Amino acid sequence: MDTPLDALDRAIINALHGGFPLCDSPYAAVAAALGIGEAELIRRLERLLETRVLTRFGPLYNADRMGGANVLAAMRVPDADFERVADIVNAQPEIAHNYRREHALNLWFVGAADTPDKVEAAFRRIEAATGQPVYRFPKEREFFVELRLTA
Amino acid sequence: MNRAREFPLPDATDRALIRATQAGLPLVPQPYHALGAQLGLAANEVMQRLAALLDAGIVRRIGAVPNHYALGYTANGMSVWDVDDAQVDALGAAVGALPFVSHCYRRPRAGDVWPYNLFAMVHGKSRDEVAVHLDRIARVLGPACRAHDVLYSSRILKKTGLRIGD
Repeated sequence: MDTPLDALDRAIINALHGGFPLCDSPYAAVAAALGIGEAELIRRLERLLETRVLTRFGPLYNADRMGGANVLAAMRVPDADFERVADIVNAQPEIAHNYRREHALNLWFVGAADTPDKVEAAFRRIEAATGQPVYRFPKEREFFVELRLTA
Repeated sequence: MNRAREFPLPDATDRALIRATQAGLPLVPQPYHALGAQLGLAANEVMQRLAALLDAGIVRRIGAVPNHYALGYTANGMSVWDVDDAQVDALGAAVGALPFVSHCYRRPRAGDVWPYNLFAMVHGKSRDEVAVHLDRIARVLGPACRAHDVLYSSRILKKTGLRIGD
């Protein structure tokens, strides 16, 4: 993240929000629209992923639609125990995201799996290993989801 | 690109494709051919299956996931609101329609620990910018909202997305 983004990096990130083509040479198609070569686009993407400007590039899967679940959960973790608990949470493969937030409930994470019972099992393993309750906040209704950050 | 399939999505081959791509698409000139070679499928079938998964909403999109902080979005606020149960669905739809709200959900309260039932994510380049947006949400909710808070993220501890096993 130390390397500043140049105008081309930003154009690439904005062009690749979604709609990556399903064709034989998709990188060449996107590169042509950006006025660069295929190899340049691939090289830039590799660097953006290596430097963690991008956390992922590819299909974004929605667990709900495949019969699974996404569940938001939170814990109240004492500062002295924070790293230990965060490591236990991160070690579960079902935990897709985990953030520290400024609140008494200071650890917020999302459990996602292709079946709801796997998410619940991960939360129970976290409770057993940490000795702390996991508060579950399953969505009851989705009003809007579309995160689009402009680079 | 609607394709009628007699079997439910995702089938065993779709699941193999999901496992092969959940960490990312190959960064090679012909990524669908590379996936096909790995899975024993023709490249066309890989593309058709991804198209069907997109149609079914199992794939939300094929694209890049940025690190918010790296793009300068340092104020990532999860705003939470205690809204009258009789009005939360209508008001949640109105909050979700605001252009600066990226995710908006109704969720259960948790007793004394957590009084809030409406969650709206707001990403900004400064907390001042987010505060302006929160004022706007408060105006939409009006007197139906009894209390609110905003929880800023201070560290990304994990951000891998869904991982399914065998």
